[in-house]
Amino acid sequence: MTVAVSRTMLNVRALFGRSYPRVIGMQREPSWIFFETVLPLLGIAAYVFIYRGFFDGALNSPNAAVRTAALETLNAMVGFVVLGGTMIAFWLNVLWSMASQLYWEKEMGNLQLYMMAPMSRMALLGGMAIGGMFMTGTRALATLVVGILVFGVVLTVSSPLLILAVFFVTLIALYGMGMMLASLYLLWGREAWHLSALMEEPIFLVSGFYFPAKALGQTVALGAAIIPATLGLDALRQLLFPSQALAKVWIMPPEWELVILLVLAVVFLFLARVSLAYMERLARREGRLTSRHQ
Amino acid sequence: MTFAVETKDLTRVFKRRKPLLRRAKAEENGEDILALDRVNLTIHEGEMFGMLGPNGAGKTTLIKILATLLLPTSGYAAVAGYDVTKDPFPIRQRINMVSGGETSGYGLLTVRENIWMFSQFYGVPSKSAKAKIDELLKHFGLWDKRNEKVRGISTGQRQKMNMIRGLVTDPSIFFLDEPTLGLDVNASRVIREYIRDWVKKQPGKTILLTTHYMMEAEMLCDRIAIINKGQILACDTPENLKRRIHQDSTFRLEVDALRTMDGFAAIPGVRNFSTASDIAKNTTKLTFILSDESAVSDIMSRVMGQGSKIHSLQKSEPTLEDVFVAMCGRGLE
Repeated sequence: MTVAVSRTMLNVRALFGRSYPRVIGMQREPSWIFFETVLPLLGIAAYVFIYRGFFDGALNSPNAAVRTAALETLNAMVGFVVLGGTMIAFWLNVLWSMASQLYWEKEMGNLQLYMMAPMSRMALLGGMAIGGMFMTGTRALATLVVGILVFGVVLTVSSPLLILAVFFVTLIALYGMGMMLASLYLLWGREAWHLSALMEEPIFLVSGFYFPAKALGQTVALGAAIIPATLGLDALRQLLFPSQALAKVWIMPPEWELVILLVLAVVFLFLARVSLAYMERLARREGRLTSRHQ
Repeated sequence: MTFAVETKDLTRVFKRRKPLLRRAKAEENGEDILALDRVNLTIHEGEMFGMLGPNGAGKTTLIKILATLLLPTSGYAAVAGYDVTKDPFPIRQRINMVSGGETSGYGLLTVRENIWMFSQFYGVPSKSAKAKIDELLKHFGLWDKRNEKVRGISTGQRQKMNMIRGLVTDPSIFFLDEPTLGLDVNASRVIREYIRDWVKKQPGKTILLTTHYMMEAEMLCDRIAIINKGQILACDTPENLKRRIHQDSTFRLEVDALRTMDGFAAIPGVRNFSTASDIAKNTTKLTFILSDESAVSDIMSRVMGQGSKIHSLQKSEPTLEDVFVAMCGRGLE
């Protein structure tokens, strides 16, 4: 090989190399349009119909002011569900395609080839994350657009830069968490499988994927803030549905949430690096992680 | 002098680990496994070196230590002059490895894309990687399959793809762990011929090949180490290894399936022997290394004493397998 290649260039190439299967994989499996866009809409639709049922009385009120307030709140609630459904795509991708990925790579026989290569291990995880974000981002966008069109959600984009900042920092924190979990899952092996299942529905609940997280109380919402999706969703909902009637349902102002998300992103990426280095040391010492047979 | 590979008293023990979240099964409570036992080895730059041994002999463990995937329990190992424990990065820049039966890569990528992806982990510039991949695809007869998804290709084609994956980074030291395992004759031949030419055309390249195919080791390797139960029993050129048992005689018998092998080892003049069953023909094939040829009559008496018929008996020139039988008391299969 070209021994003279700089480490930075090596890691940039490795990062793009590892993201490639996920980026290209999306084009190779057209069935995702049905499974990843249409099916999640069914779950979203269930909540939309429940919320519409709640507001049925108010929407038919003879009082115009009540009708207007009900319509605004219902639009926001339906919007919350559509946004939550979109974020679920990222959370599931983090759980099943980031956290579990190194375990799968080991089972496929790729992990020992990765560990033998001179690239940085963070470039490997970074490539997985970037590929995952791109792949899921496209799917999530499709769900969001179809959801908005089907359920007639009206969004208010008053602070586009802040919205973009919250969205991307949430993704970085979320995938940073996935990168950290990837090493831990590998250490726990098959037993960690249950952890992914455990982190699906309970997180849907406490992170408020289908309703504002504060509905379960401020303490639960703050506890759930360790999952970046909680604060990310709360901030995005505040910014896209700025209604005075909903002022009490937010955990904290979106600017604060952005700062916490930034801290989470840095902490998770640092922990990912530490846990990956630990995992590699353990793998080399015990010889049980990189090979399926050991 | 810097060797391509050097080990001193290299030892590797695999500790039995109890599972984290469940009760240990009976087999998980056994003793630790000594995979490598004070291995001393030097491989020169430009050498084609073979490791011959049965399954579980320690060949793969040795390669994994040299490929920086495993740490030694004790002792020292260096590749291209760098300590595998302290300095893995420069080693990783200079090596690559291909294993038999490897299923690496992603099924939805094409053959060409898969190889390209792995080349990026070594920082090979994309353009030169693609040119090199195309050249190798043609050489290995995979050009027609270049745009086929990996999940659709055969085992032999997959192993050729793995070889290209290893070669595209142009390693100085190439580890081949049973690279022709389970392949058909044609695919094996293509791989062996390429390996031989690759080293011949580039004198600085070193190959460490592990195999339990005698013919492969004999055909390709400048020197061969025989390894069994984690210990290097002998290390020399194939000719010198065979010369070691030149004073001994090798006899091969094919007899009706034997009930027991008891007693053969105790016959005076028998240095060692190995057996292999042919289930289809319901026969047993025996290879005896004899220090005294008069032992043949005792062997035949013992076979016939079991009511077994002798189908064939022949004296032959010693092969590497006979060297192995003489040293280990068992065949490689």
